[in-house]
Amino acid sequence: MIALLTRDLKLAMRAGGGFGLGLAFFLIVVTLVPFGVGPQSDLLSKIAPGILWLGALLACLLSLDRVFALDWEDGSLDLLATSPLPMEGIVTIKALAHWLTTGLPLVLAAPLFGLLLSLPTPGYAPLVLSLLLGTPALSVIGTFGAALTVGLKRGGLLLSLLVLPLYVPTLIFGAEMARRGVEGLDTTTPLLMLAGITCGTIALLPFASAAVLKVNLR
Amino acid sequence: MNLNALWQYANPKKFIQTTEKVLPLFSVLAVVCLVVGLIWGFFFTPEDYRQGSTVKIIYLHVPAALMAINVWLMMLVTSLIWIVRRHHVSALAARAAAPIGAVMTVIALATGAIWGQPMWGTWWAWDPRLTSFLILFLFYLGYIALWEAIENDDTAADLTSILCLVGSVFALLSRYAVNFWNQGLHQGASLSLDKEENVADVFWYPLLVCIAGFVLFFIALVLLRTRTEIRARRMRALLARERMG
Repeated sequence: MIALLTRDLKLAMRAGGGFGLGLAFFLIVVTLVPFGVGPQSDLLSKIAPGILWLGALLACLLSLDRVFALDWEDGSLDLLATSPLPMEGIVTIKALAHWLTTGLPLVLAAPLFGLLLSLPTPGYAPLVLSLLLGTPALSVIGTFGAALTVGLKRGGLLLSLLVLPLYVPTLIFGAEMARRGVEGLDTTTPLLMLAGITCGTIALLPFASAAVLKVNLR
Repeated sequence: MNLNALWQYANPKKFIQTTEKVLPLFSVLAVVCLVVGLIWGFFFTPEDYRQGSTVKIIYLHVPAALMAINVWLMMLVTSLIWIVRRHHVSALAARAAAPIGAVMTVIALATGAIWGQPMWGTWWAWDPRLTSFLILFLFYLGYIALWEAIENDDTAADLTSILCLVGSVFALLSRYAVNFWNQGLHQGASLSLDKEENVADVFWYPLLVCIAGFVLFFIALVLLRTRTEIRARRMRALLARERMG
């Protein structure tokens, strides 16, 4: 499993692997928002938590189609399926690799982008914490979507249609936690709900993703 | 009654034969219930003392909203049957039901907007109930799109049924997450079996007839669409065989 993880990470790091693309997309979203809504810093600081969460979510979404697509095309997914590793393990590793290459950089870059959107000082810790807790759920849910659409020629748009509704609860609690942090309110409830969603999806969704992938490899 | 006898209808041939007989019955009953219920509701009930005549849209809004949720539940059950027992009719029934459910959701949202404009002064508010219906509609769209996108019938049935299971969990989660996220304008449940007082009786009886009409209409449509789908599949199989020979 470790070997699979390092292989996926290496492939992502290599030129053309798409590492950092998600981050660049995130930066562009954050840059474009002030053009859309105006540069007043009080308005920006009010919507900053929501924008940062939406940007992170979209950046995650855009990198999803490459979770399985390349392995599917060159046949290494078939090899992996016949290996002694259980399919659930493969799916979990894929989700973990996706999170390490997309989610984690977003979490680390979020404070910097918060600065661009004049996020108030008390908001930084809750924002980073909410993203840290929430992005693994985004990766795991997204892996399920990617497994559903892996056999399709033009699955990209369908993938968004399938995955975005599934992102709703994570987004609600994540953005709520970041917003409450900005306003200096108690963040315990959304924090616990977000952690619950993340733990629940990590524990249960790999089974669904593995079942779906098995159907697609049939 | 022996419950196991139910499975004989999973045989497509038996299904076609049986529905041949019951389909006209359901269709006629649905039309009768809808016509009686709607005319009764629209023309022979008093106007509400505060809402005036706008209250009459309840006869479309409430049944459609009920059906929007129950159709998804029906798809969940048929998906489970497909996963466990692999009866093709079951998967096809889920496929047949999805667009009807989506349309019911749209009817509920549209009539709600028309009702909300005079009552709340707005077409749309980000109220928990309204929002979760919108999310439910997105789930329907994704489900239908996945069915349309996959060519192999069995693969499509497998994938969509798993999507339906996962989607149900997330739809439920969203329902409660949305509650947490915003307070609502929409009133609580006004119809339930265990409450002492529901909507006043004058509105209640025509509403019940309308709900029965919607349910029967849905059953008739699902049977019809499933039959069409079975026949279309048989046609495709026959054509393929002809081309081979």
